[in-house]
Amino acid sequence: MKTRTALSSLAGVAALALALTACGSSDPLADEPTEDADQPASDTIVVGSQAYASNEIIAEVYAQALENAGLTVERQFSIGQRDAYLPSLESGEVQVFPEYTGNLLQFFDEDTEARASDDVYAALQDALPDTLTALDYAEATDQDSYTVTAAFAEENDLVTIEDLANVDGELVLGGPAELEERPYGPIGAESVYGLDLGFEATGDTTVEALQAGQIQIGNVFTADPRIATEDLVPLEDTKALFLASNVVPIVSSDVADEVADSLNAVSAKLTPDELIAMNVANTEDAQQPDEIASAWLADQGLAG
Amino acid sequence: MNLVADALAWLFSPERLSGSHPLPEAIAAHLAYTAIAVVIAAAVAIPAGWAIGHTGRGREIAVAVSGAARALPSFGLILLLVLLIGVLRAPIAATIAFVILAIPSILAGAYAGIDAIDRATIDAGYAMGMTGWQVLWRIEAPLGLSLLVGGLRSAVLQVVATVTLAAYVNLGGLGYDILQGIQLRRFDQVLGGAIAVAVLALVLDGAFALAQRAARPRGIGRVRNVVGAE
Repeated sequence: MKTRTALSSLAGVAALALALTACGSSDPLADEPTEDADQPASDTIVVGSQAYASNEIIAEVYAQALENAGLTVERQFSIGQRDAYLPSLESGEVQVFPEYTGNLLQFFDEDTEARASDDVYAALQDALPDTLTALDYAEATDQDSYTVTAAFAEENDLVTIEDLANVDGELVLGGPAELEERPYGPIGAESVYGLDLGFEATGDTTVEALQAGQIQIGNVFTADPRIATEDLVPLEDTKALFLASNVVPIVSSDVADEVADSLNAVSAKLTPDELIAMNVANTEDAQQPDEIASAWLADQGLAG
Repeated sequence: MNLVADALAWLFSPERLSGSHPLPEAIAAHLAYTAIAVVIAAAVAIPAGWAIGHTGRGREIAVAVSGAARALPSFGLILLLVLLIGVLRAPIAATIAFVILAIPSILAGAYAGIDAIDRATIDAGYAMGMTGWQVLWRIEAPLGLSLLVGGLRSAVLQVVATVTLAAYVNLGGLGYDILQGIQLRRFDQVLGGAIAVAVLALVLDGAFALAQRAARPRGIGRVRNVVGAE
């Protein structure tokens, strides 16, 4: 009895498998796009993005700016982390990518000593392989910072990190647990700015802890929409404690001339407040990247 | 093997006794959160479990609620509660999450302990003229104690492992070293912290195993004839 059941189910599975092979077409490559894997159609520019909403918005801005200039654009967004997309970028499969100067420089040169925006950009241009070119970098950044609430900044007249030296009373810094040991944590604050900061590992609750007064300074990323919505003030890093990470278009060297004008025009207008405003539109108003991008380009007078 | 050697070196290095998160303090904080959560959970779950076992009613609800509570992702729950209740009251938020985690095991231990008692023994109690409360306190609770302690043991183990998450909301404990080690990619620190949690869990488990043995009423060994066994 048991063998019979086993044999009949085996026969059933075999029949099913046979039937399924008939469903597939004879040519497994038949459904592939006509462009071959390495080079897209000659006048199409492929724009990619990270799997990060803010980056995707910037990529959409680049894509629309290029379309406004008359180029054909193919979008490949949300590719993933640097390990995932950089090979495609280097080979030319993806040709335009919004990146961040500091983070990308660290990827190529872990021990870099460059910190200020210009130094980082120059070092990055050296570190990039020949197939890639860095166009002009924007004022907008997405990097670590020492951020305080607007109320605290007003009370103590704070504009730069140096101003913290004039504050009476305890100064506690909050951020992820690793910040305690990082060169831009309390250790760096002491050696570069002469500040004696306490530390609380507030992690994901950093902004809430800032608002509750549990910490006075928080490590908030400079493109975080909550800087606008919660009234926070990133302090200016006059002594280059942090690795500057400005938004920069990284493009394939062979298309650099075609795209430079459009993308440099975008970078010229992309200030920190503009980037934060776009992120707010995404998180608070639930707008999609394409809406945000076209609205922004129109506002800046860059719409075709 | 090199990583394990590094981890042990990290764990036993004299630096662990000083600095911003000394190991003894972390262990104390870890134990404190575990103890408080289990005590509160016991205060809720033991009366409930005994009520269910004694009256025989409400078992389905208990099982359903326990199952749901166990399925809740503790990490998400802690973060959610901290954001709802406020960062300044993070200890309360974390404790609530740990209590919710501990209740199912203790509840199950309480009513399973009573269920495991031979009905004849309980009937004998009523036959002797005991009231319901007397049956509960003199028969059901002592005889069910061993399984109840087993439930407490299971709860303590789960909570000890989960208290490592307290580090994500700045509450210290042994999870801090693990969390920071992952971010800094210092794997000797990660493994050292993990070993500390594991050892703590084993010690507590051993203590409760002894308690579970001690909780068996001594007279039980003398029962020769189980009514209805023929």
